[in-house]
Amino acid sequence: MTIEIDNLRISFGDKQVVKGVSFNVARGASFGIVGESGSGKSTVLRAMAGLNNDWSGRIAFSGEDAPLFRPPAFFRKVQMVFQDPYGSLHPRQTIDRILSELPLVHGMDNIDDRIAKVLSAVALPQTARFRYPHQLSGGQRQRVAIARALIAEPEVLLLDEPTSALDVSVQAEILNLLADLRAERNLTYVMVSHNLSVITHLCTEVGVMIDGHMVEQVTAEDLRLGNVNHAHTRELRSLSVELEEPA
Amino acid sequence: MLVDIQNLKIGFKSRTGFHQAVKGVSLKLGTEKLGIVGESGSGKSLTARALMKLLPTQTVIEADKLEFDGIDIRSASEKQMRTIRGKRAGFILQDPKYSLNPVKTIGSQVAEAWRTHKGGSKRAALEAAINLLEQVKIRDPRKVAASYPHEVSGGMGQRVMIAMMLAPDPELLIADEPTSALDATVQAEILRLIEELVSERGMGLLLISHDLPLVSHFCDRVAVMYAGHVMEELKASDLLSAQHPYTRGLLNCMPSLMHPKERLPVLTRDPEWLK
Amino acid sequence: MNATFRNWALDENPSSRRQAAWGNWYRIWLNFRGNSLGMIGLTIIAIFIGIAIFAPLLATHDPAAQDLANRLAAPSALHWFGTDELGRDIYSRLLYGGRVTLGMVIAVVVLVAPIGLAIGCIAGYFGGIVDTILMRITDIFLAFPRLVLALAFVAALKPGVESAVLAIALTAWPPYARMARAETLTVRGSDFIAAYRLTGGSSWRIIFRHIMPLCVPTLIVRVTLDMSSIIITAASLGFLGMGAQPPSPEWGAMIATAKRFIFEQWWVAAIPGIAIFFVSLAFNFLGDALRDVLDPKGN
Repeated sequence: MTIEIDNLRISFGDKQVVKGVSFNVARGASFGIVGESGSGKSTVLRAMAGLNNDWSGRIAFSGEDAPLFRPPAFFRKVQMVFQDPYGSLHPRQTIDRILSELPLVHGMDNIDDRIAKVLSAVALPQTARFRYPHQLSGGQRQRVAIARALIAEPEVLLLDEPTSALDVSVQAEILNLLADLRAERNLTYVMVSHNLSVITHLCTEVGVMIDGHMVEQVTAEDLRLGNVNHAHTRELRSLSVELEEPA
Repeated sequence: MLVDIQNLKIGFKSRTGFHQAVKGVSLKLGTEKLGIVGESGSGKSLTARALMKLLPTQTVIEADKLEFDGIDIRSASEKQMRTIRGKRAGFILQDPKYSLNPVKTIGSQVAEAWRTHKGGSKRAALEAAINLLEQVKIRDPRKVAASYPHEVSGGMGQRVMIAMMLAPDPELLIADEPTSALDATVQAEILRLIEELVSERGMGLLLISHDLPLVSHFCDRVAVMYAGHVMEELKASDLLSAQHPYTRGLLNCMPSLMHPKERLPVLTRDPEWLK
Repeated sequence: MNATFRNWALDENPSSRRQAAWGNWYRIWLNFRGNSLGMIGLTIIAIFIGIAIFAPLLATHDPAAQDLANRLAAPSALHWFGTDELGRDIYSRLLYGGRVTLGMVIAVVVLVAPIGLAIGCIAGYFGGIVDTILMRITDIFLAFPRLVLALAFVAALKPGVESAVLAIALTAWPPYARMARAETLTVRGSDFIAAYRLTGGSSWRIIFRHIMPLCVPTLIVRVTLDMSSIIITAASLGFLGMGAQPPSPEWGAMIATAKRFIFEQWWVAAIPGIAIFFVSLAFNFLGDALRDVLDPKGN
């Protein structure tokens, strides 16, 4: 599924927070958006998912313009994973109930089977199925959140800082899982993060955002080599290089 | 010796039984910068809080030694603790949003912190506050002093917190994840500021964080904690040659911009480490 | 059997939906059992409900049978709580009165709780114009003193138990709507609700299946705490002659008729008063305990 974003503008009330962002993602590619808090990167992702209706410009999947109010079938194609695994699961529902919601809405068959399969796809034990979110660790919860997205059998996965609330050892497991899933299912990823190392690990192309503008688009390779043009990209890069190595 | 902790154990009683969170931690700190690094649940914050006696009363704390500048914390009264907390030891928390009073100007809050410890007139305190804000490298201290906490950014708020902590000239600064709510660009500035102030004033620093490489840039020594134990204590400059498999595992499993890895190595936890 | 159920319910790895649900409720019950005031409240309420249900078996006299020769008698072996101004046995009237009073309270709650919950959740979830309209209507009802509105309403209809229930229900729902709205506003923007929007399910589905259950614990607590005030409103209406009509033995009406001889034959008014006091207190204890055990952070 190709993604085209053209001159996307998003406002909260009178305040414009995304000021004309354009980028394209090829089918099966992974695109990263990096920026600091308030740069508008998550807002772009939420508008793509259909969670924000106050936007103008063009959002198109497979060449088709996405309508302002997305039809239910849209969510079989595009799913999202949120940042905070503690806040993204219903606190009073079992994992089973959380995972079965989308199949129920879409009248899918063999729901039990699908849940069992998707749990093993994210390497969760079947025993996790009837537990509550508060009985699971942060990493396990994020696996549940990924499973919830996968059960729709989507073609596009939107990832909003999927590992920034996790410990580094758990982050490694989740990043490996995301890489494997993309390869297995030929998924298209758009990932948002403030961490350049995480972005370049998973994405081949990176857009840098500051103050609502995407100021530069660069391949992960060029970013690594330092072939960048914008001052903000250079600043983020040098910080990342300096601080990721131990003293 | 500013801080001397020997065989510290911290546990919680609950309905389901007893949970031991810190299981025999020993640390010493002089006028130097010590980083405590560990994952969530490793007991790093509890250790620092026990030192300031900031844990809830039902917490069970045992130690062979728990001293701040020769004062036994275990037997210290609440009155004695008040002369240590905030006065001789400053505590900087993760998010300044929750530590500043939203309905008072920044200047009056810093001035109040100064007056509590140094006394003097309100006017003198406000001047001192502006001087402190200048020391934490706030460009327009008068303007910031007149603004309210919600009007400044997270990085600025953290600078204000540091300024308040500096008011009584403490001997020790404890910073618990002081920058994890901040952007990368601001994070480095704040840590650099803390490091400079601590070195200039000859203070001790206890920097608690989950980010191992980051901490090593701003500390002399690093203690790596895991599941309530100190796995390893080493000089920050020796981190690359760390011996313990846990420390090595933590460093290896991070993705890297400069050294891309096809797959991230996964940390396997050995029960042997806890023996 | 008991131990098997316990192990089955508390299994850390439940293997079916049913087991997980039982486990959850059993844990809440275990927590509740540890709360002594809550248990006292529950016991008192259970006793009163039992008394109301088995009134015909427990009563020693016909509650309507008059014995004018023996009016306003003091408590004795024959009439345990004495007799009223028409010589009717107060003990028996108290038992039958429990049916009327508790029945009214339950009817009010059954009417009010779902309405308040639905209005609050809908207003909170949709926001904007829907919120404004629903909340201004709520405000209108909230602006009237409860008893005055209930009185006006009953007067417009005809005095009686049904009108009293409707009148109290009409004045009791706004606080629940406000509470459900506040609760909805705190979860509406959360990621887990966003995730449910990404299933393509309708807003109604999200409100009724995912948001409402989150408001229910707070609502249950509020309702149990309000029970006492509903009882007192019902009793006040009875006292003012707008509720249950004679010879129906409603507790409030019993006090109302006894007010003339409250100094000479104090027990006639005191006995139903004590009953109201105990039930109200018990509901308060129960509400406090439920607040503790139903709080998701507590478990």
